[in-house]
Amino acid sequence: MARKMECIAMLLAGGQGSRLGILTKTIAKPAVSYGGKYKIIDFPLSNCVNSGIYTVGVLTQYQPLVLNDYIGNGEPWDLDRMDGGVHILSPYQQIEGTEWYKNTANAIYQNINFIDKYDPEYVVILSGDHIYKMDYSQMLAYHKEKEAACTIAMLEVPWEEASRFGLMIVDDDGTIKEFEEKPEKPSSNKASMGVYMFTWEKLRSYLLDDEADQNSSNDFGHDLIPAMHKAGEKLVAYQFDGYWRDVGTIDSLWASNLDLLSPSTGLNLDDPNWKIYSRSPSSPPQYISDTAQVQNSMLAEGCQVEGKVDFSVLFDNVTVEKDAVVRDSIIMPGSKIKSGAVVKYSIVAENTVVEEKASIGKRPEEVDMDTWGITVIGSNITIGKNVCIGANEMIDSDVLEVAK
Amino acid sequence: MRSNDVLGIIYSHSYDESIPELTNVRTMASVPFGCRYRMIDFPLSNMVNSGITQVGVITKSHYQSLMDHVGTGKPWDLSRKREGMFILPPFNNASPFGNHDNRIQSFVSIIDFLRRSRHEYVVLTDTNTIYNFDFADLFKFHTKSEADITVVYKHGKRPILDNIMVMNMNEETKRVGEITLSPNGNDEVDYSLNIILLRKSLLEHLVQSSFCLNHNNFERDVLQRNVKNLRVFGYEAPGFSALIDSLQSYYEVNMQLLDPKNRRTLFDPKNQIHTKICDNVPATYSYDCNVKNSLIADGCIINGTVENSILFRGVHIAEGAVVKNSIIMQGSVVSRDSKLNCVITDKDVSITPGKNLSGDTAYPIYLGKGISV
Repeated sequence: MARKMECIAMLLAGGQGSRLGILTKTIAKPAVSYGGKYKIIDFPLSNCVNSGIYTVGVLTQYQPLVLNDYIGNGEPWDLDRMDGGVHILSPYQQIEGTEWYKNTANAIYQNINFIDKYDPEYVVILSGDHIYKMDYSQMLAYHKEKEAACTIAMLEVPWEEASRFGLMIVDDDGTIKEFEEKPEKPSSNKASMGVYMFTWEKLRSYLLDDEADQNSSNDFGHDLIPAMHKAGEKLVAYQFDGYWRDVGTIDSLWASNLDLLSPSTGLNLDDPNWKIYSRSPSSPPQYISDTAQVQNSMLAEGCQVEGKVDFSVLFDNVTVEKDAVVRDSIIMPGSKIKSGAVVKYSIVAENTVVEEKASIGKRPEEVDMDTWGITVIGSNITIGKNVCIGANEMIDSDVLEVAK
Repeated sequence: MRSNDVLGIIYSHSYDESIPELTNVRTMASVPFGCRYRMIDFPLSNMVNSGITQVGVITKSHYQSLMDHVGTGKPWDLSRKREGMFILPPFNNASPFGNHDNRIQSFVSIIDFLRRSRHEYVVLTDTNTIYNFDFADLFKFHTKSEADITVVYKHGKRPILDNIMVMNMNEETKRVGEITLSPNGNDEVDYSLNIILLRKSLLEHLVQSSFCLNHNNFERDVLQRNVKNLRVFGYEAPGFSALIDSLQSYYEVNMQLLDPKNRRTLFDPKNQIHTKICDNVPATYSYDCNVKNSLIADGCIINGTVENSILFRGVHIAEGAVVKNSIIMQGSVVSRDSKLNCVITDKDVSITPGKNLSGDTAYPIYLGKGISV
């Protein structure tokens, strides 16, 4: 038996993130690059260690290779521990047969043995698709204070966007009275952030019930939590004020990266008391040449800039050659923007080459607003010389010839 | 390279006295260099990239910052159960030779470490040199020449240091016929970068016999004295290399990194220079900053003008500040409307608003660690 832990975290990282299209063709969503040097999963992992939670189970299923490599033994997050630490939990074969993780609650159900090993009082369920800095230890204190069975982190969202979220109606002392899943006419603007703190004993018994229920879709939000609510368990909402974004779509991923360039958005990664840790490659310092013009941007190590970069995020080892222009874009590690090429309102994935004088993406003003969108160029491909890729495109293979 | 046949020995306090400004609070090995590195990163990374799996780091004094930097050797993949990195501090009790005042004493005091290692060869390096090449090629040359000792050299102006070996070699074979120590004159010469490859048994023998005769100068009493009896060869360091012999040359060598040609070999993507990881955020460039011909590390926030400069991690340049031809080390802050030209600031220096400091490329101003101007 491992040493007893008060609270352990289970991180749901198995989602495909299909709305990110080609960016998640070969990697799981939590492994998507974010913010110049991070991956999305760095945020929940760093939150865990910063909150004093040193045992984290990462549940993987979809395209786990990159994610497993990235997490490794957890050393970058100080999660290589004698007791606990980070563990990758993939679906496995059992006497009754082999089963994929059917849904969120089922994924935790299949790992009851893992959790039991640490005999925790509390389990916090996290997901690998959000960008936020949050102290789970404060949430745990609140959970204990309220003597709740389940505490759900909650964020007040703008009313006009409320209908996109799972909402909660909360009374004055924080108790959740009702849930509304993406309602047309929202009666609350308190949205669930997908962060759940459970008393393990309660969660364990509801997981068993949920699994036994043939009609359940084994989802936390749809089935398990409503079942607890119905049974009269105490469910409370824990209010979070701060930056939180679901980066599950191309638009939100793009916008959230660029949020880093506006201090007013409230996401400050340069906080010595709440560092976001990541597995960093060894790269030389970034070089800004005589001919370069870099403004309002964030650049990671190993970048070489000789061209113009404006309002963009460049990941490590990106090259922007002379007379190339990168504007309002996200360029992921190792990509090359060659001389005279122009990249606007785009996301260029890892190790892609944009050849000379190619043009990618369009400004919203340049095209019909109804058809405009962020252009996405997949990883490890080449966009040929003079090739022009318009707005709202998604390219996942070489485009070498100029379209006639 | 039969690289796991080679044991690496790094001399962390080589020529500390040549840049007293920077080594006042640290040893040569932990002097910051090139935006994000410390001097020791270069020999350590070279060794590891060449396949060396055991490295001893000889220390003398002021090595706290070095220990902090290298830790267990993890960033260089040297935190191992088998072999890995060993810090060899002075072992001062009981033994009359137990300090590291000179190289011969140092080797004698680490003789047990040398004997215990299973390696056949040793490569000795200093930490005031910058280079990036594969020691496997050095090893091949050593074997092919049937050398007893191979010394890596650079052609150029003689560094202003004591005990710098200037070597006279046969042009064809590169066999060293004569070694002179720090000769006068300003000519271009072939001088040693103090990367020396030899058999471990030979090192032990040479050091022991010199020690018995009360010799104390490794270059003179071991190498120069034996240049005729042994087959000593020179191997020219390929790619970019440099030796730092003064604050002036420290400044110049940093500035040489602004040349893409030098960076190409020094920062070869296949043989990266590794360093301690600090988890800084990427560098942020503001709306009206102006950066030209500069090297910038993670964590910098740039709101002003930066030209021909080297900025270490976490440097803040405020609006209206102008930094030219300068080296700004980790955590320093240049406030609003201050102007710096040819300045080296050590770590955590703060320049208050409206200051104007100007040195010369031939004589940069140095501001010590933590100073506020």
